Amino acid sequence: MNQHIDAIVALSAILFSMGVLGVLTRKNAITIFMSVELMLNSVNLALVAFSRLHNDITGQMLVIFVMAIAAAEVAVGLAIVISIFRNRQTADVTEINLLRW
Amino acid sequence: MIVDILFYITALVAIISGLLVITGKSPVTSALSLVLNFFCIAFIYLMLEAQFLAIIQVIVYAGAIMVLFLFVIMLLNLQDDMTLFERFDLKKGFAVLLTGLFLLEIAYIFSLDSVSIAPKGVTGASFPELGTVESIGKYLFSDFVYPFEMISVVLLSAVVGAVVIAKKKVD
Repeated sequence: MNQHIDAIVALSAILFSMGVLGVLTRKNAITIFMSVELMLNSVNLALVAFSRLHNDITGQMLVIFVMAIAAAEVAVGLAIVISIFRNRQTADVTEINLLRW
Repeated sequence: MIVDILFYITALVAIISGLLVITGKSPVTSALSLVLNFFCIAFIYLMLEAQFLAIIQVIVYAGAIMVLFLFVIMLLNLQDDMTLFERFDLKKGFAVLLTGLFLLEIAYIFSLDSVSIAPKGVTGASFPELGTVESIGKYLFSDFVYPFEMISVVLLSAVVGAVVIAKKKVD
């Protein structure tokens, strides 16, 4: 698989760009969280590829920590979305302006 | 040869399912496409001989996190979102432009002669035992034991925070 490292890094860049596009264009807060997950996963993919290329375990360790952080982020983020939905009856980020002014 | 074809098919499925995540009309479609994307990435981990991470990817991401997402979608009863390409206005055009520039920048950086993905002296020799549970566990509880303890504190605080935020009524 080591001859494919270039292709895996390219795949990682494409998936990361898709995540950026999703965060910038979608309005639904839950879909935005999914796009963030897409970005985290693409970074994990690049880390594993480099870890394999250099035969260094550190990259795979970092992936484990990124996964733990992603789980924590999703739990807190979805709790915030539920809390806002309970008060505003919407998960549209363009209508949520609690902190704007 | 077989591995090459498998890799390119998997990469293609990952890209298509990623596109479905950001263009899907209903959040449930996006969530299920994201599960497919996670499975593709887990398969590429297996090809890279990161066995433990492939299993963790399926159990934690495709299992736990996506169940949480679907649960919240079910609780909120959201109406369908505008998709990416209907109502294509200036803001979305700018976002597409920005993303394209970002991708071009990455491609340009890796096309430079001074930047190489595989530096000199890196042979890329295969050590299949690198990604096994034994190896990961050995390093996790020796060299990385301090970050491991820290991450447990982070997870605990996240759990407490999630319960407090979701329970309390914000006035």
